[in-house]
Amino acid sequence: MHHIVLGLLLTLSSIGYTQNCNLTLSGQILDMHDNSTLSGATIAIVGTNIAVQTGLEGRYRIENLCQNNLYNIKVIHPACDSQIFSLRLNKNTTKDFKLEHHLEELNEIIVDGSLYDVKSNSTLENKVSKETLEQYKTGTLADALKSISGISTLAKGNAIVKPVIHGLHSSRIVMVNNGVRMMDQEWGADHAPNIDINSVERLIVIKNASALQYSGDAIGGVIISEAVKVPLLDSIYGQTSLSGQSNGRGGMLTTQFTKTSANGWFGTFQGAFKRFGDFEASEYVLSNTGLTGHNAALRFGLNQFQKGFEAYYSFTKNSIGILRASHLHGAADQVRALSNDRPLIVRDFTYNIDAPSQEVGHHLFRLKGFKTFENFGEISVQYDFQQNNRLEYDIRRGDDMNKAALDLRLNTHSVLVDFEAQTTHDLDLKLGLMGRYQNNFPNPNTGVRRLIPDYDKYDFGIYGIVDHKANERWHLEAGIRYDYSIMDVFKYYRTSFWESRNYDELYSDLVVEDLGTQVATNPILTFHNMSATLGAKYRWGHFNVLMNYAMASRAPNPSELFSEGLHHAVARIERGDLSFDSEISHKFSLALQRQSDRFGFTINPYINSVSDFILIEPTSVLETIRGNFQVWEYRQTQAQLMGIDIDAQIKLSQNFNFKHQLAMVQGVDKSRDLPLINVPPVHVNNEISYNNAKFHNLRMSLKSEYVSSQNKFPDTNFEVYIPLTDTTETVDMSTPPGAYHLIHFNSSVEFELKTALSLTVGFGVTNLFNSSYRNYLNLQRFYADDLGRNIVLNLKLNY
Amino acid sequence: MKKQILLFPLLLVALIFTGCSDDDNTQPEPVNEEEVITTMTVILSPSGGGTVVTLQKKDLDGDDGPNQPVITVSGNLTAGTTYSGVIQVLNETETPAENITEEVLEEANEHQFFFTPAGGLNVSTTYSDQDDNGNPLGVQFALSANTASSGTLTVTLRHEPTKPNTGLSDAGGETDIEATFNVTVE
Repeated sequence: MHHIVLGLLLTLSSIGYTQNCNLTLSGQILDMHDNSTLSGATIAIVGTNIAVQTGLEGRYRIENLCQNNLYNIKVIHPACDSQIFSLRLNKNTTKDFKLEHHLEELNEIIVDGSLYDVKSNSTLENKVSKETLEQYKTGTLADALKSISGISTLAKGNAIVKPVIHGLHSSRIVMVNNGVRMMDQEWGADHAPNIDINSVERLIVIKNASALQYSGDAIGGVIISEAVKVPLLDSIYGQTSLSGQSNGRGGMLTTQFTKTSANGWFGTFQGAFKRFGDFEASEYVLSNTGLTGHNAALRFGLNQFQKGFEAYYSFTKNSIGILRASHLHGAADQVRALSNDRPLIVRDFTYNIDAPSQEVGHHLFRLKGFKTFENFGEISVQYDFQQNNRLEYDIRRGDDMNKAALDLRLNTHSVLVDFEAQTTHDLDLKLGLMGRYQNNFPNPNTGVRRLIPDYDKYDFGIYGIVDHKANERWHLEAGIRYDYSIMDVFKYYRTSFWESRNYDELYSDLVVEDLGTQVATNPILTFHNMSATLGAKYRWGHFNVLMNYAMASRAPNPSELFSEGLHHAVARIERGDLSFDSEISHKFSLALQRQSDRFGFTINPYINSVSDFILIEPTSVLETIRGNFQVWEYRQTQAQLMGIDIDAQIKLSQNFNFKHQLAMVQGVDKSRDLPLINVPPVHVNNEISYNNAKFHNLRMSLKSEYVSSQNKFPDTNFEVYIPLTDTTETVDMSTPPGAYHLIHFNSSVEFELKTALSLTVGFGVTNLFNSSYRNYLNLQRFYADDLGRNIVLNLKLNY
Repeated sequence: MKKQILLFPLLLVALIFTGCSDDDNTQPEPVNEEEVITTMTVILSPSGGGTVVTLQKKDLDGDDGPNQPVITVSGNLTAGTTYSGVIQVLNETETPAENITEEVLEEANEHQFFFTPAGGLNVSTTYSDQDDNGNPLGVQFALSANTASSGTLTVTLRHEPTKPNTGLSDAGGETDIEATFNVTVE
């Protein structure tokens, strides 16, 4: 605080003196590693309006600087960490600044004109390339994320797809959309993230919990979608793209345009619409898997180097059909479904979406402002609001036929205050506070008991991160975070369940009212969560070694605490436990990296030990009026996940590149010495690509994707009596499907139509040979094959 | 000035904790489950009079509550007798109990009962009613108790079955009710 006042006084006092203000500072901005010049870098003097950009030679020149003033010069380049250098001038000075390149993923394509910050220095930051984002425009965000080794997907069909990082998913992954932590009921296996891939400009994955500025509970990792910062130029630009694909017989239209100005004002609009009918496996129609969706996003603000603000609003809505044949009642139905190779219901292709289906809308609003204070640092304040509305339609009878069976509305307000201290350029300090209020409203008009109860939740978080660049070789990082949560819940328990769990003895004080068949309860749960990270990066030559330890704590989610009912998607009864504590994970990760154009690789082993890990497992078979159901109950245990991700890239010739990826992970329930369920099997990708920049930037690639069978799985099979055959049958819900191998082709070519107008034509085929396969981590696998061949054509106009 | 800038965010954080905690801490209303089937009663009346035999499966805490259903069979069937059967389906979580049979009758095209004797039970059934398309429904049926025997009789209600069908094996659809009764013909 004193520093600001002092700085202010100094600035004021200096005005009083006559002073030589005709000095010039000039020089070049260079890459720290190879001294190559960096064009397009911005050199700004902190606390003033002075900012210049380097030209092609990487040269800059700033005039009219004053003698003996201490200038803080911030140098920014899209591919580098921004740095601040302090300088006092006595005469006209020539000075070269050296910047350090980001740790780049081997296949990284730098988005033109982007500016961004490093999230963590001692862990691998994996970026999804711009090309991959383009390629998956008609798909889901998780499909694009899968291009990163160590990331797989958990799906229900092909439209509800969520990312899995190092074997963990759902509440264990934190998704950050434009600086806002997504609160979109991410706990469910059939709840896909509500981020439209078309609104994503830049996508980063951090495969551990070290990004403490966002959260302390990212036991699996953090996925960040953010906008590229706009240039300080008077300009207007945009792109419109139209895609069509054979599988689902549908397409997508998306458009985006940006207006920028030299004084820092900018505005961006993006919108997309998509529609698909039933998708198809290689041999049959996957009935009722159609999809319609739209999204819109608007951003505007003022960005000057020392201050700025930004407002962002986005809305996403998707209606997704769920495979008709996957909706079952009871074990006898399961036996019938599992004993058939084909789904029990296959109808003609249609664009109609019937029950079962889900309709999810998500509003996100964010307002952020920042200001830099000289000799003190930058303070930013953010307020964000999110509303997630989830409607699930079930196959129902009578008057309820068209009524949603689940209707949840989750509202979240957050305030974030972050401070980044302005210190010497080799020490970086970040501090922040977070406050959040959340309300869940399950609409009682559904006529179905509430799956997730009414609750109010309050969170408070505080963190600090120090980043120290000891020398050219060593970079150290440490952070700590504390989160406090309080959950005020109102839940109706079925009396028979309340008593069967002995809750009537343990939690009698929570009962508000006894309604005979139901008891109204008011649990108030509090959680104290600590998280921390410690890491180092060592660099020599082309090599980097990154070491990181991250401790994360995650409070149980409402589903783990309060479930008590039938889950149609998997035809089983699921039961939560009110007594759960937070999970605590300790993850050690190591990365050895060689960065070079000719031959580069990354080897990334890790081990993640989680105490009080919450898992769900079958415990019994319950007879009901609908027949028999398997009962699955949540349990806490000691779990361990261990694995390795390998990436390698070789430049075969001027135009040919070869890329290899391998990911394997093993999960164990240490307390019972059993494999964890739904751990991704070994995944190997090999890709050969051709790129000719001289001929319309032609790109072609052929990719082989091999997924082995998961041979480590817990046995969750059970037996059930079938009256029709008068026999007892085994319901095999655990044996994973066999290995599969798919070939994908992708290509693109660009045409310069006129100045500042170009057309990119993309053509791709996934599952080229129309193979039949099933994926262990797709809940639909019990009932139907995965997608058959898909041909995608994409036309994109850049202007 | 600077202090105010720092105070502002703290104020916002404070607001969140106070402003929003006014709280509609009122108790949300309970949900009355509308579609639950708790009870199925099969009433078998001998043609020409005699003792009515009632088969019942009752699961008062619904199809996902932890309590086991209660199955009762009021008595034995008489060999050589034909019974006219009527099925009644109720949701007894509501008061008064909701009669689900009415919904089944209204949507007769989308429902069908199936009767499966097993374990040596020598009985046979025929449908006595039809849906709008002339396909069997099974709310009313006839049961012939052939010879003295014992085993199980399973009554299954399928929602959205393939109609017409040749029996449970190709009916498809989803099981709404499945009740297996131990039955003796004497």
